[in-house]
Amino acid sequence: MKILVPVKRVIDYNVKARVKADKTGVDLANVKMSMNPFDEIAVEEAIRKKEAGQAEEIIAVSIGPAQAQETLRTALAMGADRAILIQTDDIVEPLAVAKLLKAVVDAEQPGLVILGKQAIDDDSNQTGQMLAALLGWPQGTFASIVKVVGDGIEVTREVDGGLETVALTLPAIVTTDLRLNEPRYASLPNIMKAKKKQLDVKTAADYGVDISPRLKTLKVEEPAKRAGGIKVKTIEELVDKLKNEAGVI
Amino acid sequence: MDFSLTPEQEAVRRAIEKLCVPFDDAYWLARDTDAQFPEEFVRAVIDGGWLGIAMPEEVGGAGLGVTEAALMMHAISRSGAGFSGASAVHMNIFGLNPVVVFGTAEQRRRILPRIIRGEDRACFGVTEPDAGLNTTAIKTRAERVGNGYVINGKKVWTSTAQTANKILILVRTTPREQCAKPTLGLSLFYTDLDRRYCDVREIHKMGRASVDSNEVFIDGLPVPEEDRIGEEGRGFEYLLHGLNPERVLIAAECVGLGQAALAKAAHYAGERIVFDRPIGKNQAVQHPLALDWMQLEAAFLMVLKAASLYDRGEPCGAEANAAKYLSAEAGFTACQNAVLTHGGFGYAKEFHVERYMRESMLGRIAPVSPHMILNFIGERVLGLPKSY
Ligand SMILES: Cc1cc2nc3c(=O)[nH]c(=O)nc-3n(C[C@H](O)[C@H](O)[C@H](O)COP(=O)(O)OP(=O)(O)OC[C@H]3O[C@@H](n4cnc5c(N)ncnc54)[C@H](O)[C@@H]3O)c2cc1C
Ligand SMILES: Cc1cc2nc3c(=O)[nH]c(=O)nc-3n(C[C@H](O)[C@H](O)[C@H](O)COP(=O)(O)OP(=O)(O)OC[C@H]3O[C@@H](n4cnc5c(N)ncnc54)[C@H](O)[C@@H]3O)c2cc1C
Repeated sequence: MKILVPVKRVIDYNVKARVKADKTGVDLANVKMSMNPFDEIAVEEAIRKKEAGQAEEIIAVSIGPAQAQETLRTALAMGADRAILIQTDDIVEPLAVAKLLKAVVDAEQPGLVILGKQAIDDDSNQTGQMLAALLGWPQGTFASIVKVVGDGIEVTREVDGGLETVALTLPAIVTTDLRLNEPRYASLPNIMKAKKKQLDVKTAADYGVDISPRLKTLKVEEPAKRAGGIKVKTIEELVDKLKNEAGVI
Repeated sequence: MDFSLTPEQEAVRRAIEKLCVPFDDAYWLARDTDAQFPEEFVRAVIDGGWLGIAMPEEVGGAGLGVTEAALMMHAISRSGAGFSGASAVHMNIFGLNPVVVFGTAEQRRRILPRIIRGEDRACFGVTEPDAGLNTTAIKTRAERVGNGYVINGKKVWTSTAQTANKILILVRTTPREQCAKPTLGLSLFYTDLDRRYCDVREIHKMGRASVDSNEVFIDGLPVPEEDRIGEEGRGFEYLLHGLNPERVLIAAECVGLGQAALAKAAHYAGERIVFDRPIGKNQAVQHPLALDWMQLEAAFLMVLKAASLYDRGEPCGAEANAAKYLSAEAGFTACQNAVLTHGGFGYAKEFHVERYMRESMLGRIAPVSPHMILNFIGERVLGLPKSY
């Protein structure tokens, strides 16, 4: 089985995002960029499946600017076998990403696509679900455990009420949650090997997909500053404040 | 002129940053307190294959340059590991450069893979109590006996000799008086630190408690001829070859430490409210930190310039020395300002900056003092008369 892992280059999780002065978006000039953490978890899961003999090949794919090659090299250094960059400097919305990924899936025929449940830049949480719909494949989102069982997989999902386990037939879509695994970091020998692995650069046009945006961002603003909290001495005082000041109970 | 890192250099930096995450402030504070060698950290570095970063591929290294090694050491130090982390691996990153360059093929195969895999650990014995910075005045002797040599003498400050099983040691093989120049008649050996003949005593020191430095008393240490690196009498020349990269790495470590301190200081200055305002709103607090940022960035540019010259095979003595000087001073000043910014809490161990400050003094003193660097620049770059 082949596993396809889409990886996105996003603002690093340690960076405090700043809104551009003209409020059109987040300022990315000279900002540290990294692989979306949920995608790192996806790469790790794919590698573990391969190490367990349950997959033969891992293909990492990214849609983004030329610099996303670096993100793909990270995936290759972790253990992916080859990579595809669909290069574009445009903003690519989740639906366009899903369409491009469908085209890659059609070409590569993977048995499993593991995506992050969301990217930490726009937090859309849509791509995996859209891809499943476009392909007509079963999906196991917010995965905290992915087990190969017989011809299918069992995915334990983190849902509001606790944990839910679903059985999927293959091919299938999985999106990762934070507790699925602890991603490894690349060793030096693997960084050196990654340099020699195949990385194909394509365009959206190569796949015949129209990626023009369908959404218009009107304005981006900083979230309101949070006021400091207060300490209460008794439960009575807490209940009183929740009732009369916060008005939430 | 392009100041950006290559994707590979970026990958090195990121991988090291990740590797360092589990070794947090609490870990390094604990090592400073219990003075235990940071084994877990060193193990992670070995397991990642990082000791081979600048070693040739044919012996299992990555064949990268001093630039990449400097980025690695910078990232280790900047993570908050400081010299406690950097010195724990430093010697095994570039210290064996004389073996790489002047060793025989057999020696390279015998020595280097074991270092990369962490099976051997090497320490570096140059400094002696009675010679100091005047290295050619060292007294430790190797006498020819049969097919080999026997070494007698004493070394001081030999770092990591508590855990090392190998020593790269500089000794006199021909008395100074019998040599045409004082730089001749010195030889370099890479041999077992055999404790039957070597008494290793730890020196209690100001900082970096977890990485030991020692006095080593050597009494009749037998050394086979195959442990001599290069020709007899040319050890000093071989040593010089590795000095510039060594300075570059130390400099990178100094900058990293200063940046770790500056990050803590800037954070604290933004949060600490005194006189109803963040202390960082006062220019007396804010401006020194701004100055530290500039000095550290400028020093790091010199580090990368020296590294890039070395990697291209060009002379880099002036730049490597300047990088070491600028970085050590900028690092020290940043640590000192970080302590001051924290007020009384800067003096408390749990805020970490006092540890950085103690460690930062080391980057000024070793492996060469600021005075000797100024001597070098005055004499060799400016062409002024030798002052000593
Ligand atoms: C923590 C630590 C770890 C070390 N690890 C190692 C190690 O692993 N291996 C090793 O071999 N060494 C090691 N060293 C030794 C280090 O390299 C020496 O301390 C350093 O080279 C200075 O030598 P010295 O201490 O003998 O100083 P000295 O030579 O006694 O100098 C004392 C002072 O006099 C000044 N001075 C001397 N001559 C002149 C001059 N001509 N002009 C102007 N000023 C002058 C110096 O700049 C210095 O400030 C370490 C040192 C420390 C502190
Ligand atoms: C070892 C030790 C022993 C001590 N013993 C005692 C003791 O026995 N009894 C006792 O009461 N206290 C004691 N202290 C506390 C000491 O007096 C305080 O640490 C000192 O007054 C500074 O206060 P702070 O630590 O809260 O620093 P902060 O007030 O937080 O100041 C932090 C930094 O901000 C700067 N800063 C603040 N405001 C301004 C401004 N408006 N303009 C410019 N810069 C500003 C300060 O100069 C300082 O560099 C001790 C401290 C130490 C380290």
